[in-house]
Amino acid sequence: MRSFQRRLSEFDARGIRVVGISVDPPDINQRQSQKLGYTFPLLSDPNAKVIRRYDVLHPGAGPKSADIARPAEFLIDSNGVVRWVNLTENIAVRARPEQVLKALNQLSPAGQ
Amino acid sequence: MKRRWNWPIWVGFVVIVAGLFSYGFFARFPTTRDFPWANLLLFGIGSAFLIVGLFRAFGRPQVYRGKIFGSILAAIAVLVVAFFSYEIFYVLRQVPASVGAPRVGQKAPDFILLDQNGKPVGLGDLLSGSRAVVLIFYRGFW
Repeated sequence: MRSFQRRLSEFDARGIRVVGISVDPPDINQRQSQKLGYTFPLLSDPNAKVIRRYDVLHPGAGPKSADIARPAEFLIDSNGVVRWVNLTENIAVRARPEQVLKALNQLSPAGQ
Repeated sequence: MKRRWNWPIWVGFVVIVAGLFSYGFFARFPTTRDFPWANLLLFGIGSAFLIVGLFRAFGRPQVYRGKIFGSILAAIAVLVVAFFSYEIFYVLRQVPASVGAPRVGQKAPDFILLDQNGKPVGLGDLLSGSRAVVLIFYRGFW
C-alpha cells in the first residue's frame, strides 16, 4: 500500500478513493497510518465479516492461527459495480497502482 | 606451519545470511518483492565465494584452513537457502482460491466498517461524489 500512497494524488485527481481493509482494530490502523504516512482510510473488520462476504478470507493465516484477509484488490465504480479484480496467487505479489490506473483508463477516458 | 585464513568461506557465508535477512528490506519494493531476485543474487554471490573457499580448504589443506568450519558453514548456508526457497516459493503461494469473490460486472457487497479514527464508513459513503473506489484487502500489520 506504500506504492498507492506514493501515487495517491493521481487517484485523487481522477476522483478515485483508495481504501484498505483488514482485521486490524482501529487503534492499530491509526498507529500504522501515522507511522507510514497513509492519508487514505484503513477500515477495520475485526471479525472478518466483510472479508468473508468478499470471499477473501485466509483462514488461520494470522498470528495464533487467526483468520485474516488474503491480499486482494477490487475496483468498484460509482454504481457499486465491480469493474476490475485482482486475486493474487502469491502473497508477496500485490496489485501495483499502475495496474489499477490502467484498468481505470480502459473503463472510461480520463475526465469523464 | 601456520595455515592461512580462508576468507572466501566467511565472506560467502556472511553474504548468504545477508541474503536471508535482507528480505524484509527488499520486500518493501514491488520490483524486488514480486520476484526475490535481489536475495537470489546474494545467495549466488555468497555460494561462489563459499565454493572457492571450500576448494582451497580441501584442495590445498596444507596452505589453507577451513575443512571443518567450512563444511559446517556450507551446511548452514544450504539450510538457509532451502528455508528461504520453501517460504518464498511454497508458503507464500498457499493463498485460498476465493472462488466466491465478487466478479467483474457484479454488484460489490455493501458494508459499514470503522476507520482508523473509529468513525463508521460505508461503501455508499465512499462511492458518493467519487468516480470509483479501490478496495485493498490486506493481511494486516498485527
